[in-house]
Amino acid sequence: MRGDDLRERRIGTLIFELGAEESRCVEPPRADVPQVDLQAALGEQVRTVPPALPHVTEVDIARHYERLASANFGVDSGFYPLGSCTMKYNPKVDEWACRLPGFAGVHPYQPESSAQGALELMWELQGMLGEIAGLPAVTLQPAAGAHGELTGLLVIRAYHSARGDSRKKVLVPDSAHGTNPATVAMCGYEVVQVPSDERGGVDLEALKGLLDTDVAALMLTNPNTLGLFDENIARITEAVHAIGALVYCDGANLNAILGKSRPGDMGFDALHINLHKTFATPHGGGGPGAGPVAVSAQLAEYLPGPVATRDGEGTYSLSIPESSIGRMRSFAGNFGVLVRAYAYMRAMGRLGLAEVSEQAVLSANYLKELLRQAWPLAYDRVCMHEFVLSGAQMRKEHGVRTLDVAKRLLDYGYHPPTVYFPLIVDEAMMIEPTETEGKATLDRFAAVLLRIAEEAAENPDLLHGAPYTTPVRRLDEAAAVKRPDLAWRPGPVVGG
Amino acid sequence: MYPKDLKYDREHEWVRAEGDVATIGISFFAQDQLGEVVYVDLPSAGDSVTAGVSFGEVESVKSVSELFSPVTGEIVEVNDALSDSPETVNEDCYGEGWMIKVRLSDTSQVDGLMDADGYQEFLAEEA
Amino acid sequence: MRFIPVTCEERAEMLAVVGVDSVEELFADLPEDARLARPLALPEPMGEVELAAHLRGLAARNADSEGVVSFLGAGCYDHYIPAIVDAVVSKPAFFTAYTPYQPEVSQGTLQAIYEYQSMVCQLTGMEVANASMYDGATAFAEAALMAVRITKRRRVLVSGAVHPEWLETLRTYVEGGAAVVEAVQSREGVTEAKALTSALADDVAAVMVASPTFFGTLEDVPAIAAATHSAGALLVLGANPILLGVLESPAAQGADIAVAEGQPLGNPMSFGGPGLGMFACRQEHLRQMPGRVAGRTVDVDGRPGFVLTFSTREQHIRREKATSNICSNHALNALAAAVYLSAVGSEGLAGIARSCISKAHYFADALVATGRFAREFAAPFGHEFTLRYRGDVAAMQSAMLERGFLAGLDLGRTSSDLAGLVLFAVTEKRTRVEIDRFVAEVGAL
Repeated sequence: MRGDDLRERRIGTLIFELGAEESRCVEPPRADVPQVDLQAALGEQVRTVPPALPHVTEVDIARHYERLASANFGVDSGFYPLGSCTMKYNPKVDEWACRLPGFAGVHPYQPESSAQGALELMWELQGMLGEIAGLPAVTLQPAAGAHGELTGLLVIRAYHSARGDSRKKVLVPDSAHGTNPATVAMCGYEVVQVPSDERGGVDLEALKGLLDTDVAALMLTNPNTLGLFDENIARITEAVHAIGALVYCDGANLNAILGKSRPGDMGFDALHINLHKTFATPHGGGGPGAGPVAVSAQLAEYLPGPVATRDGEGTYSLSIPESSIGRMRSFAGNFGVLVRAYAYMRAMGRLGLAEVSEQAVLSANYLKELLRQAWPLAYDRVCMHEFVLSGAQMRKEHGVRTLDVAKRLLDYGYHPPTVYFPLIVDEAMMIEPTETEGKATLDRFAAVLLRIAEEAAENPDLLHGAPYTTPVRRLDEAAAVKRPDLAWRPGPVVGG
Repeated sequence: MYPKDLKYDREHEWVRAEGDVATIGISFFAQDQLGEVVYVDLPSAGDSVTAGVSFGEVESVKSVSELFSPVTGEIVEVNDALSDSPETVNEDCYGEGWMIKVRLSDTSQVDGLMDADGYQEFLAEEA
Repeated sequence: MRFIPVTCEERAEMLAVVGVDSVEELFADLPEDARLARPLALPEPMGEVELAAHLRGLAARNADSEGVVSFLGAGCYDHYIPAIVDAVVSKPAFFTAYTPYQPEVSQGTLQAIYEYQSMVCQLTGMEVANASMYDGATAFAEAALMAVRITKRRRVLVSGAVHPEWLETLRTYVEGGAAVVEAVQSREGVTEAKALTSALADDVAAVMVASPTFFGTLEDVPAIAAATHSAGALLVLGANPILLGVLESPAAQGADIAVAEGQPLGNPMSFGGPGLGMFACRQEHLRQMPGRVAGRTVDVDGRPGFVLTFSTREQHIRREKATSNICSNHALNALAAAVYLSAVGSEGLAGIARSCISKAHYFADALVATGRFAREFAAPFGHEFTLRYRGDVAAMQSAMLERGFLAGLDLGRTSSDLAGLVLFAVTEKRTRVEIDRFVAEVGAL
């Protein structure tokens, strides 16, 4: 008795360890043409050692991945208040739509005349995103937010270059997401950090002190990563423009301001939009997302191609802007993601989208009020769609860290908030409820967090040891680096 | 926690000078702040280091810190044992957890560093 | 609202707790001149019934692989996707999860990534693979940046026979500041050896080639690897993952970094995206690799489990010194690839590759036999090949589309030097009947 059933259930059993040598799932089609002699056709390059892929039946695959899925937590599992990630519900009709053969089965190089529906969808989406951004020109090419940042900064660099201006620095606030400075470095610019003021916004005086004609751009997230709308936004963009530099908006937090305020109207020159945040496309366990970029009229000619265009007769096509920075990737964009976002936007419509932001902001402020008695607010202001609490006091008083609180939340069946970000808040806990959660969910979550605060005072070790009920408990991350095991290899059975 | 026979700099390195050779590592405070050290990236013997300039990196699971040389000179020895057991930096930061030995260009450079009392005052101010 | 469950009554209660009379008060920080004083100029909302009909209508205006017989490839392929693939990637616990930053509740994603990385290592012969990049083109570009970091050299040589969109993406990324890109001309559909040798010098960080090339031909990779390594540069090789079922692995052929477009492994064409950037390298270069990596470890009770590891390379920790700015990747596409590779197995993958190659060779011979097409390149090819058409390519393609065929890619569209050439791809989905019908129809034009 091999005890296969038990083995299969055990966490960590790899798909390579399932099945038997003769197990098969999908067979290649029957040969209906003469089979080539590979050696004769391909020469010396024919493989001698086959890759060691799993040998499994379809049943093995179905059960293996069902077991893995059961060890996962998604938005459909429960409340996922991960700050700055906008883990809203992903509508199922969007999933249905992107799988329609007329979308999923379209080749990027088939004649444009045979892809008018796809091109129309892209053109319409460009227009809707441009309207929301308050910026007229849009590229759908970027595959993710960071890819959009790279696109936007390269466009800004091209703009300066075309004017014979070789600026060297990009300003980034200290509260910024790590992708911002990383993107700046990829563009060959020097990162200059801008401090935040005591209200959590950009320190305007410090900013002015950093502005000189070597500054190419300021990259700013607004609302920022503290969930606060920068009250000085107009003064900031004006000061940056005054020295001939441009302002880039990281649109990670667009879910707070749909239909309320447009980055273009705030003075931003370029913006990326995370469709996998604001427009409800799923995060996929890490991706794919899509990060379209909207820019002002003066930057339109530099956008990467292709973009969708429409002629006087209503025929759609793809074209490359005049002074394009070039391609950011193959083909026109993460079309499958674009279909989902388009479907979501059409379902919500103009009033629905404004309601999204209103409810997201109200829900965040409501939850903030419920929790502030136990966790001090990093900045005591009205917040936008998310807010940041500080666990510094809890750490000092009870020796319980924000990480421990996060792990304890797992035992109560919630995904924790974002922790230790932004970097400028000690023991930060960043909570974004989104508009797709009901009041009862927020109430229950708040009650649980308050209960955890009591546990922290009564029995700190309970939190230090959490979680207890998850498929695995805290993992040895140091061992993972010191003794790297990054891929299975054939050989003696691993893990017995 | 801060041996009296060592000198310290503001980047939390320590120096033990013996003749014209200085042994360099990171302080108890530095290793405690980092948490479990999982990787140390060091230069090679024969490379030169300059006071105040980065000579390597030390990593925990979720952070990276640059190592700044407190002195100027040529590296004569590197603690290769750290590549296999970086946790030694936590376990014995002033002993087996040393990082590099440098032949000093100017032995008086060490005198300009903080002594143990001065370093502890500096830590108190930082906190 | 369908996706906003809060009721009017609850909203009033929430406002009371917050201590404001209206939601508008919460937007008081927005300066007056940055506010939108009108509703967004967007369409009215649609119910699901209308929406579904609208989307079906858009989809119906596209020719798709169920309605036409496609011989189009060039980086995006119409392979069969086993039903089990979509059954797995449709599980909400996978597709509605975020990046697995909380490993205790993300073991499913993490183990799936680890298994995917293992399969990529098996295909490429490399020791480590990342959790995915956006697509083959960006993986190719990131590989160049990685080679620049490793070698601290600033010239990148790229074969003129790689996919033009890979080359353009490479230029956009690398000329962002890291290095200069120089194209090495191709001849007979492969990298010209003499041109490569004369361009190689001790300031070259990487030689970037693809095999199969854009034209479907196979490069003499071992020879290119030898020349590259003798100059102290790294070889970046773009591969096709289906053909790796029968072709020697990139590592065995001498590549230092292997990349591929993973779309053929269980991912729909979807008008070109999302694709899957496969990326693998040797262990010694792990710390310069871009992107996430999952690793196996144990929990406090000694049970095996998985975590994201070597994170100090990444932007959220190392910020401007990170190995890349990549954050979101293409995890769900990597999951699809892992399920696909599990479903077909190594014999199945080899069988599919052999089927594609056999049909491609049968098709090429039959087209040449019509007298309307001629072989352009002598180099060996796999499941994709370039022929010269004796006639007007665009007219031929539109005539064939009317007959229900996508007749390959008109290479004249990518470069005027290539006018008259057509690139055909054949997958295992194509049947002899379809091929014979195409040959008869095109021969009769």
